[in-house]
Amino acid sequence: MSAPAGVLVVGASAAGLSTVEALRRKGYDGRLTVLDAAAGAPYDRPPLSKQILSGTWDPERAHLRTQEQLDALGAEFLLGDAAVALDVPGRTVHTAHGRALSAEAVVLSTGLRPRRLPGAEDLTGLHVLRTLDEAVALRGALRNSRRVVVVGNGVLGSEIAATAAGLGLTTTLAGLQPAPMQDQFGPRVAGALADLHTRNGVRLVSGVGVGELTRDQGRATGVRLTSGEVLSADVVVAAIGCTPATDWLAGSGLDLTDGVTCDAYCRAAPGVYAAGDVARWYHQGLGTHLRLENRTNATAQAGVVAANILGQDLVYAPVPYFWTDQFDVKIQVYGAPAPDADVTIVEGEDGDRFVARYDRAGRTGAVLGWNMPKQARIHSRLLTGTPGGGRDCAAAATAAAPSA
Amino acid sequence: MKISVDETKCCGAGQCVMLAPEVFDQRDEDGIVVLLDAAPAPEHHQAARESAEVCPAAAIHIGEEA
Repeated sequence: MSAPAGVLVVGASAAGLSTVEALRRKGYDGRLTVLDAAAGAPYDRPPLSKQILSGTWDPERAHLRTQEQLDALGAEFLLGDAAVALDVPGRTVHTAHGRALSAEAVVLSTGLRPRRLPGAEDLTGLHVLRTLDEAVALRGALRNSRRVVVVGNGVLGSEIAATAAGLGLTTTLAGLQPAPMQDQFGPRVAGALADLHTRNGVRLVSGVGVGELTRDQGRATGVRLTSGEVLSADVVVAAIGCTPATDWLAGSGLDLTDGVTCDAYCRAAPGVYAAGDVARWYHQGLGTHLRLENRTNATAQAGVVAANILGQDLVYAPVPYFWTDQFDVKIQVYGAPAPDADVTIVEGEDGDRFVARYDRAGRTGAVLGWNMPKQARIHSRLLTGTPGGGRDCAAAATAAAPSA
Repeated sequence: MKISVDETKCCGAGQCVMLAPEVFDQRDEDGIVVLLDAAPAPEHHQAARESAEVCPAAAIHIGEEA
């Protein structure tokens, strides 16, 4: 297969930008167009809940590339114009501004939209954190507040709570999980994370749902839990997960079950690919469809999509990888920790620094580092496949993680 | 090629070490990037460029002049 005459990338965040860079790195010199609803330069999301929210970094520092680096890609960036429809057979994207953009290959990398608490429209004092603007707005709100309630004790909520507590706010982290991030870490490490938050002054309200927001004259004043308890706050942050941004693809004929459904090659249809948070692809090693909401997946998957656009036919079967930084702890996770896995400390000591191995049914499914990033990476070699994607995903046909 | 790294942006993911172990390492104590060779030989240029592009913290910068 020869290189396509033109490639259109919809979404200019990490996955979209990485697709463009990988195409150029692999020698593609054809026409490249990048469309995004947001008007600003591409930026990175992991710092939003940490360095941007704390104010340690200026917002510009979250930009993924300099203007000079973007210019050097020789791509046309159409920013501030949203995709509104896709003609799959014609590989044509229609935009809010009335453009009709056609290409031989189209890459869908529109990411996610945050879920919002029901009945919460137009309340001041209520925030979500997905975009750079939202991070800056929340930072401003926290500066003028004493008490914050974070709803949702997954990775984003836990990071926001850690940052808020670090800023000196009276912080409550409320969520359905029995301990912060227990779904991701299993009970043992989630227990250690709970201790970390508690030691640093965060009040944890775990294993309980939010019934409703409390409000006064258009302002959120807190949340009422399903237990009946009311948590009062100056600022309420909803970190209750995201949904794939696929509404604009309704009626396209693509399978939009929890994202853009793709084959093992990240193809949704002939000449149509998906990459990053929005892509739900068939992971051959795990034998199931998978959608990963993490930073390294965006780049690694984009690399495979770029290769496949150029005719390489690479299967994408990475070992899932993500990290989180909370207080003074850096946690790295390779694979998929099963909640009922046996957890063994294989380096360091259960305390300030350790590497944990997750075994289930005689197989190692995950490796987790707690303040041991380098050592965790080395131990992750136990897992077959290529952590984070790497450069040869075709070789990684069998990943060890026992469940998604 | 002239490589520089920003330790304050590095998140310790170690992608660069997996791609270009001749050029990058990580500190034992906190996983932050260690630049082993700021002006690597041409056979390492492709892996170094790929490391800069896949770095999930945009912490690696490649300049063309040594």
